[in-house]
Amino acid sequence: MRRSTSGRAAVLRTPLGISTLVLLVAVVGVAVVAPLVLGSRAETIDVAAMDQGMSAQHLFGTDPLGRDLLARTLVATRLSVVLAVITTVVAAVVGVLAGALPFVLGRRLGRLLVATINLSVAFPSLLLALFLAMIFGVGAQGAVLTLALAMAPGFARLTHSTAAAVAGSDYIAAARLLRVGRARIVLRHILPNIAEPLVVNATTTVGTALLSLSGLSYLGFGVQAPDYDWGRLLSDGLGSIYTTPAAGLLPCAAIVVAGLTFILAGEVATQVVSGRSRRRGTARRVVTAPVAPVAEDTGPAGDVVLRVEDLTVTFPDRGTRPVRGVSFEVRAGEVVGVVGESGSGKSLTAAAVGALVPHPGVVEATRLDLAGRDVRRLGRAERDRVLGTSLATVFQDPMSALNPAVRVGLQLAEVSRVHQGLSRRAAAARAVDRLAAVDIPSPERRAREYPGTFSGGMRQRAMIGMSLMAEPSLIIADEPTTALDVTVQQGVLALLRDVVRQRNAALLFISHDIAVVSRIASRVLVMYAGQIIEELPVSALVDDAAHPYTRALVASIPDMGMDRRLPLATIDGRPPEPDRLPVGCSFAPRCPLADVGCAEQAPPLVAIGENRRVACWKPPSDVGGPRSTAGEGGRG
Amino acid sequence: MTAGPAPRGDRIRSGLRGPWPVFLGRQLGRFAASMVVLATAAFGMVHAIPGDPVRNALGLNAQPAVVAATRRTLGLDDPLWTQYARFLRGLVTWDMGDSLISHVPVAQVMTRLIPATVGLAAAAFVLAVVVAIPLGLLAGIATRDGRSRGTHVAFTSVTGVFSVVPDFVLGVGLVFVFSVTFKVLPVAGQSGPESYVLPVIALAAGPAALLARVVRVEAQRVLAEDYLRTARSKRLPARLVYLRHALPNLLTAALTISGLALSSLLAGTVLVESVFAWPGVGNQLVRSVLSKDFPVVEAMAVFFGGSVLLINLAVDVLIAVVDPRSVIKET
Repeated sequence: MRRSTSGRAAVLRTPLGISTLVLLVAVVGVAVVAPLVLGSRAETIDVAAMDQGMSAQHLFGTDPLGRDLLARTLVATRLSVVLAVITTVVAAVVGVLAGALPFVLGRRLGRLLVATINLSVAFPSLLLALFLAMIFGVGAQGAVLTLALAMAPGFARLTHSTAAAVAGSDYIAAARLLRVGRARIVLRHILPNIAEPLVVNATTTVGTALLSLSGLSYLGFGVQAPDYDWGRLLSDGLGSIYTTPAAGLLPCAAIVVAGLTFILAGEVATQVVSGRSRRRGTARRVVTAPVAPVAEDTGPAGDVVLRVEDLTVTFPDRGTRPVRGVSFEVRAGEVVGVVGESGSGKSLTAAAVGALVPHPGVVEATRLDLAGRDVRRLGRAERDRVLGTSLATVFQDPMSALNPAVRVGLQLAEVSRVHQGLSRRAAAARAVDRLAAVDIPSPERRAREYPGTFSGGMRQRAMIGMSLMAEPSLIIADEPTTALDVTVQQGVLALLRDVVRQRNAALLFISHDIAVVSRIASRVLVMYAGQIIEELPVSALVDDAAHPYTRALVASIPDMGMDRRLPLATIDGRPPEPDRLPVGCSFAPRCPLADVGCAEQAPPLVAIGENRRVACWKPPSDVGGPRSTAGEGGRG
Repeated sequence: MTAGPAPRGDRIRSGLRGPWPVFLGRQLGRFAASMVVLATAAFGMVHAIPGDPVRNALGLNAQPAVVAATRRTLGLDDPLWTQYARFLRGLVTWDMGDSLISHVPVAQVMTRLIPATVGLAAAAFVLAVVVAIPLGLLAGIATRDGRSRGTHVAFTSVTGVFSVVPDFVLGVGLVFVFSVTFKVLPVAGQSGPESYVLPVIALAAGPAALLARVVRVEAQRVLAEDYLRTARSKRLPARLVYLRHALPNLLTAALTISGLALSSLLAGTVLVESVFAWPGVGNQLVRSVLSKDFPVVEAMAVFFGGSVLLINLAVDVLIAVVDPRSVIKET
């Protein structure tokens, strides 16, 4: 409930806030002043000036009794607005009482009242008001009363639903335990907490009440002559729309302006209450991607399935660069694990490969080749075909990654329909075949079902089956087991391993969990703060890692043989924020080995053996054999 | 509408046709119960009129003998429950007595007026849905992930104004522009197809604007869902991404709002029929309420109320068709 007052005031400085305030002051001002200044002019009958058109004397002409139309419209503001406010107040009082009553009444009566409220909310209030007019009669008083009663269910429901949420909270339960009376709970604990939404709703309701009252008066149910509000003026003026159109149009304009004012005020009130000022986004610098150097297109580069060179992902709106110069290769039949904490840039790297970086992220790279083709330089249709067939992605949360409204079979089949030109029947058969291939029982029946009937593990199997529809050369699995139970994880990992082995596809396996990665990958890329800081074969992971961060990650894995009396190893500190990266090595602030030099200059990623790279100024000397480029990264 | 009790797995799995019979039975039962409540409310309304309703309707100058005779014909001197039973029977057999003013059978009045009103409301509803859903979806696509701030502002302002301007005011404006100034469309009355244009637009504009706003917000929500990322990762053409994967997931909200829009549109017919002198139920309702012709008003209360209930029923069933999960939730 604590919100900054400056945030609230900021709403009033937005264009919407300012114009609403101006309109509100104008409408209320006219309502107060017009009857005093223009009252006589609006009511003086002047037979000599009947039904006149526009003139200097009468700006918008006169009515059949020679009264000035503009003056009458302005004077009518007071009655129109006052009646709308009274209606709202009565509706709110009746509604709040009716909505709070179920909490005071017994269970049965309360339920009956709630059912009645829910039923009557379904009926448009204007209709209800018309029927209630049978009982309460016509006239301003009747119209206000009937409309207020007709609008009360809206307030009642708002009160009841908000109060029900509050009533379920702990402090109400505590008050109940203390045997505080029910009426007292409502008055002291519930009502004060629902005041804000009620005030917001009431502001908007003044607007709708004004529009509805105008309608009722127009129909002859509301204000009766000689009094007049805008609805009455409209009803009197509509007959002469050919001769003096202003007689009908002026009240129409007034109704719209006043209605809009109060409804906008409700909108602003909502924003003030929720403390949400639509602050304009920081000016967006358009970062144009530099034209990639023309890479020699040497056809499929041997068995390299994915080649990424100097990949960066930038978010110009936030001024951050979560992926900073990442280079790596993945070969056919290989499982490459990417490990890092959340925010290390591992998932964005995968998204950049699949051209799925969310707007407004900008992807740059000197090379981004998939199956031997630079996907960024293909035409749109060709790029979609290459990405759609050569690459498949398995996402983290299988509960949300499958579309709940589309049958599972169709979600698989559409890949082959779109990219491989299969007929509907052939694609459907292939989908069933792939579901069977990922061990989904009775795949034909399952293909016809919606994902809602699948368990989490089965959905992830279906996702993997989906990735196999087009025989991809690379599968990216982005935290595919994180959302699953441990026993289900095993099955999914085994399935992924089989898939790679049988189809000679490559797998890029992304996870924050180095233990899971070590079970499936043959080579591991360790990412930290948007960069690869170490690359090493999985065999070296446990006792031959070069980077202090990798070593710390490995040390933090609990295993069965550990001495449970010792505390679990953790890494102190947090990764740097993407907009506050240190100048030197980004791990230096948390590194036990770091010295002044580490904080001054970032270490380059250098090769230290076959398939081994590390970005550290102080790797242990006994790692990975002789350092092939020892001199290259010498500290300046 | 309150949700049913917690789902019962055994009942869903039993039976070949799944949860549908239970769901439909429950919905129809709720509808029937609401109809009875509605009819009772309409009946109660007449008996809540202060004083003698016949004296009210016929005026203070009516002969006491005439008033007494009318009371007898209407059966107002019978015990209350007899009157109630007769009223319910009349509704079912479509025999609701005569109008106090014109002495024409109420059933005949309703049969004459209903087609004009339903035609108007149906045309306006179809127009609103056909305009609003594509418009909202396109706006949602254009403004997804905070793209195109200009489109966002323009869309929300225009639809905001249209959702506020009341239908009868819009009707007057349309008449002034198209009938009075340019003289291209009729001012009032029901004649050929061209007579439908202005009242239908006046009725449809507000609900269409409201619906388009909701569809845009829903589209933005759906477009940010994980399963849309899956669809994009499959490199499907935009047509499939938006129509197959996004649209069905925003239909539930769109249908709910459409139902509300249709109900408010039905109420709008009262005012719009009055502006355009349309020979429908709404126009007659105003006159009948003003002249306290309560047999007619009773029938109209049941007509309008029943329509609202029927719309709610249709929306609940349609949502269940679009989103089968809600069937399971409800049963």
